[in-house]
Amino acid sequence: MSKPAHIAAMFDRIGGVNALPVVLMIIALPLIGSFSSWVTLTVAGLAMGMMIFLMASGLSLVFGLMDVLNFGHSAFISFGAFIAASVLAWLAAWVGADSLTLNFLALFAALGAATLFGLAAGWFFERVIIKPVYSDHLRQILITIGALIVSEQIILAVWGGSPIPVPRPALLEGSFVIGDVAIEVYRVFAFFLGLAVFIALTLVLNRTRIGLLIRAGVEDREMVEALGFRIDRLFIAVFMTGSALAAMGGAMWAGYQGLISGALGGEMMILVFIVVIIGGLGSIEGSLLGALLVGLLGNYVAFIFPKLALASNMILMMAILLWRPWGLRPAVGK
Amino acid sequence: MSDYVLRLDDVHTDIGDYQVLHGISFNVPQGGVHVLLGRNGAGKTTTLRTIMGLWRARSGAVVFKHHDITAMHTSDIARLGIAYVPENMGIFGGLTVQENMRLATATGGFDDGRLGHIFELFPAMEKFWDKPAWSLSGGQKQMLAISRAIIEKRELILIDEPTKGLAPSIIRAMIAAFEEISRDTTILLVEQNFLFASSLGRNVCVIDDGRIAHSGRMEELVADKDLQTRLLSLSLDAHQ
Repeated sequence: MSKPAHIAAMFDRIGGVNALPVVLMIIALPLIGSFSSWVTLTVAGLAMGMMIFLMASGLSLVFGLMDVLNFGHSAFISFGAFIAASVLAWLAAWVGADSLTLNFLALFAALGAATLFGLAAGWFFERVIIKPVYSDHLRQILITIGALIVSEQIILAVWGGSPIPVPRPALLEGSFVIGDVAIEVYRVFAFFLGLAVFIALTLVLNRTRIGLLIRAGVEDREMVEALGFRIDRLFIAVFMTGSALAAMGGAMWAGYQGLISGALGGEMMILVFIVVIIGGLGSIEGSLLGALLVGLLGNYVAFIFPKLALASNMILMMAILLWRPWGLRPAVGK
Repeated sequence: MSDYVLRLDDVHTDIGDYQVLHGISFNVPQGGVHVLLGRNGAGKTTTLRTIMGLWRARSGAVVFKHHDITAMHTSDIARLGIAYVPENMGIFGGLTVQENMRLATATGGFDDGRLGHIFELFPAMEKFWDKPAWSLSGGQKQMLAISRAIIEKRELILIDEPTKGLAPSIIRAMIAAFEEISRDTTILLVEQNFLFASSLGRNVCVIDDGRIAHSGRMEELVADKDLQTRLLSLSLDAHQ
């Protein structure tokens, strides 16, 4: 066996591309030097990765299934963040109460409101803005950017131009300490929420008939119709789900940042596009892998080589596309 | 009229600015294999896609049994009992063989008898049941495409060039399978492999430049070498 083939076989034995986040964690440990710093950065990277996954997974499915370039996706992220912030501010008494139940209700109301808004706005967006421009990428780009500009102006009109603070429910405040490592509760919550969404999406896609149709539709929409299914109805359901997940991701990100402005969606959209591209279009597993890599790398590089922090994700995208032009886990086997 | 499972009446189809079908008319009787022959670009695939509603007829009528399906949605046409096996086979590579087949069922469940029959026709389907479809060979993918078309009872199966790029041994297996399938299902077959088409076809229509240039019994075309040469620029001998 040649040397490259031997390395490839060894790579596959340790898990292939699925092991990349773990490989990255192992490489980062000696470079960071301190175990407690490494744990803190790793937890932050995983939490950030999961929040980006929430925002990116819907876009990946929309890209893959509907062949729609939705540059307006970030509007759902922004609206999710602002709606959650408003609900939390409105429920300030519950947010700060010394009661886990009230804290939980406030959190549930904020995430629920953002997600419901994402569902409704996704339906409106698909019917009014996307449907007339199916199969026309240039018009899709123009009209979704236009919709994004309108959305940003609505946010400015409703919430103003100044950054607004996002109160966190008391149950997600603070840290818990293991040894000499302090781990933020909010980060752990973000990680497990993202993980729960990933498991739910994976179960729906792999264990249900609608999931089977979505996976088939990502590959060949025309053939799905020739088998007797209305793909346009599937499009609406996927678009609404993707928008709701983006809004939920935006709501989580708002709590993570603590202070949000109208530029939030646009800033996150760069990371979301990177994740979708390196993960592979239409692939939920790819989106998760890409998001974890982006989250971890961003945190590690910001600590080890601060000057490279902004460029790190672009370098990651270039490296992965040179290695696997279809992304890490494309929806169709290449 | 009731003897025909499918009728095309003066069908005109455009693709973009180009008119591809210039008034195609033919009938497909119930049962057996009926063949559409023609040179590359003659309009055979366009005819199948127009029947399936994947491209819209500009004028004319497509009637399946008693239903005018000319303007119907593709999914509704499929639900009436027409299966379509496109030239590229339409296999979902990321899905397993089982999942590909399951999608073609109305309820998501299999009829054990029908599935067993498919495994007899194409043993590879049972062998690779849980394998992803992208890992199958070209011939196995074609078998999967046809298995998917017959996993439930259909009135009519439209098949576009099933032998393209396949080895002779697989083509022989296909002939046997099509003979079996056509006992209870009507097949409309688009084919360029005249030997394959002539061994199966009961009736034949030759399409040229988007028009029906000839239609009749297959044995008449097989016997008339001059007609073959004139219509298809080939003769059966050249393929033997």
